[in-house]
Amino acid sequence: MASDTLIEIKDVNFAYGRRPILTGINMTIPRGKVVALMGISGSGKTTLLRLIGGVMKPTSGEVWVDGQCTGGLDQQGIYRMRRRMGMLFQFGALFTDLSVYDNVAFQMREHTGLPESMIRDLVMMKLHAVGLRGAAKLMPGELSGGMARRVALARAIALDPMIMMYDEPFTGLDPISLGVIANLVRELNDTLGTTSLVVTHDVQEALDVVDYVYYLSDGRMKAQGTPEELRADTDPLVRQFVHGEAEGPVAYQYPSGDYAAELKMGRDGRGRRAA
Amino acid sequence: MPRRSLPTVRGIGARAIDNVLRLGYATRFIGLTIAHSGTCLARPRLVVRELYYTGVLSLIIILVSGLFVGMVLGLQGYQTLTTYGSESALGVLVALSLVRELGPVVSALLFASRAGSAMTAEIGLMKATEQLSAMEMMAVDPVARVVAPRFWAGVISMPLLAAMFSAMGVFGGYVVGVVLIGVDEGSFWSQMQGAVDVREDIVNGVIKSFVFGVAVTWIALFEGYDAPPTAEGVSGATTRTVVTSSLAILGLDFILTSFMFSGV
Repeated sequence: MASDTLIEIKDVNFAYGRRPILTGINMTIPRGKVVALMGISGSGKTTLLRLIGGVMKPTSGEVWVDGQCTGGLDQQGIYRMRRRMGMLFQFGALFTDLSVYDNVAFQMREHTGLPESMIRDLVMMKLHAVGLRGAAKLMPGELSGGMARRVALARAIALDPMIMMYDEPFTGLDPISLGVIANLVRELNDTLGTTSLVVTHDVQEALDVVDYVYYLSDGRMKAQGTPEELRADTDPLVRQFVHGEAEGPVAYQYPSGDYAAELKMGRDGRGRRAA
Repeated sequence: MPRRSLPTVRGIGARAIDNVLRLGYATRFIGLTIAHSGTCLARPRLVVRELYYTGVLSLIIILVSGLFVGMVLGLQGYQTLTTYGSESALGVLVALSLVRELGPVVSALLFASRAGSAMTAEIGLMKATEQLSAMEMMAVDPVARVVAPRFWAGVISMPLLAAMFSAMGVFGGYVVGVVLIGVDEGSFWSQMQGAVDVREDIVNGVIKSFVFGVAVTWIALFEGYDAPPTAEGVSGATTRTVVTSSLAILGLDFILTSFMFSGV
């Protein structure tokens, strides 16, 4: 594995029982870059994130993280690897019984023997990086969605991870919070010297801040390239996704029977008029 | 006819297999919990924090219930004993009823409703809001960090709560029997002291409440950890905790009683 590659996914297949989720996935994430993994809901993005985090193991194929194959690691090895990973969950997943300060300090207390005075300084630095130093004493229930996401981001970067993984970081945010989070993804990546993998289906926000994009559909890697290449892609599937078109290869309607026949089933006047 | 009944038979079979599977998971779960209890020894503050939530916050309901159960025992016991002219044995009746049976059983039922359901709901919601997944991604084992401290807090607090329930009940019996009705105070206490045996009665009561503590906490934690991560899933798990714990307490009580007091 080349030293400038942090994550390499080789011919990965994954299935729940007989149901295939990911098929023949190959992917390379270089060090220091922000890479987006895009696709519609249910395309297998989060599963791929879990495979990288070692939460699940691939049915076949290999996932290499910083020169280590995750398939060969035991639980302790996986935990050692995760200490160098940060993950931002879709809705933050803050510990609701801990204050903002204690949430950010959580990993430091669990994994380091640092004195409380040093932990305090580090927590304040991380909260300052996301602009929430003044919110240290608040409880998660007192935060807005955008603030909670930023606290979760501060918690994820607590131990200066080598890789940051973002699971749908833009979902459910107002435009201002969305822009703030998108810029933070880029800024933190560059200032902390980490590598970032952003799983998202918010196309425009992601394309503005990432270096490279992988497009996943039905568990297969359908396209990849720089944001410009993806915007210019003429493949109908990619076009429909990037430009948010209702009509295209991805059907809007869930498979169902004939609409007219279904409405006429009542055999009354209203049913016939509606049909 | 056989064809029509096939789905029913299949349904019963599926439920039976599902229950056996869940029992297996639950056994593995408690094994893991005990195996991952080292964190609790290394950081006793985690257990102390949970002791406050499960034990201290259950105190009010336990003490008030104990007082009223003791008062009712005093009243009912006096009515019955006076028929035989042996109302001086009221202290014995109240104390033995509480220490042997009512203390451990009623406090365990209250504990299951108050602390057990809270444990299930909390862990179920932590799962539903991805807090447990987040912990795992931070290389912190949720069983060691979240489950084990709660388990030991439940196991430790249950016998203490049962003891306080019994003590409060004896006080309730004293208030009704001696203070209000006028049973002789000396015979109330002296007969109680003479009849209640430390090994036979008190230790057996403590053993019972310890076993109930393990059962209730185990059920509550497993139901929470195993709950489907939805509102409906968590509410169902909370209900199951109270129902299963209550049945387990009553069933275990019969088994333990038959072992402990069969020779008496």
